[in-house]
Amino acid sequence: MRKHRRLLPTRRAVLAGAAGALGAVPLLLVRPAAATPEKMQAAIKSAIGEAPVKKGKVTLDIPPLVENGNTVAMSVSVESPMTPSDHVKVVHVFNEKNPQPNVIDAYFGPRAARAAFSTRIRLADTQTLIAIAEMSDGSFWSDSIDVIVTLAACLEYN
Amino acid sequence: MARTLINVPPKAKRGQVIEIKTLISHVMETGYRRNEVGAMVPRDIINTFLCTYNGEEVFRAGLHPAIAANPFFSFFAVATASGKFEFHWTDDEGNVETASAEITVE
Repeated sequence: MRKHRRLLPTRRAVLAGAAGALGAVPLLLVRPAAATPEKMQAAIKSAIGEAPVKKGKVTLDIPPLVENGNTVAMSVSVESPMTPSDHVKVVHVFNEKNPQPNVIDAYFGPRAARAAFSTRIRLADTQTLIAIAEMSDGSFWSDSIDVIVTLAACLEYN
Repeated sequence: MARTLINVPPKAKRGQVIEIKTLISHVMETGYRRNEVGAMVPRDIINTFLCTYNGEEVFRAGLHPAIAANPFFSFFAVATASGKFEFHWTDDEGNVETASAEITVE
């Protein structure tokens, strides 16, 4: 009898174990890292400072409905003659809900013909993206777009 | 290190705007994923891309984990003189992958 008891867990031990496991669940479910709108604002501030940002000139092009967040085609173009005296220096793209708020910082050199580029990005959730362009005269222009994501990125092993 | 794919038109007229497309094979590990046994997979991404045309900068990008695996870029340059486009990708460990393409300008 004694031997039997040792091999099989007692009712008390099973209940205690179950309670312990339930109690541990909230600790195991670590909230996935996500950039919040506040984090995005902080990232924008660290990239461009307190400068005022006007809407316009920038076109952020991304499919409004994304089936797979692992690769999303994104293109950004800015209205600019791209001359030495009037050109786009850099375009920053930010997101709200990926683990980090930055997406890309694209710098245009003296040989760039157009202030435009395309790339492929990851999107972790339905969210808003913002592109901010810094001009050679020091002004900032932006465009934002809402994207619906049905299959999020970065979830293969989560 | 990695396979690259470059698309630069081999010939162009002087002053013509040309589109350049680049692709490099890279996992772009975000550092936010877990492997099969639950351990975090360390971040490993290409963090800088640079394209020069006869030594002058055309396009440079700072990449973040939000860039998809196998980073693709397309951008535009003006064909001014025959010469060489050079491409550099730098990863987190400081490894640099380079590629180049020749262009003939008439």
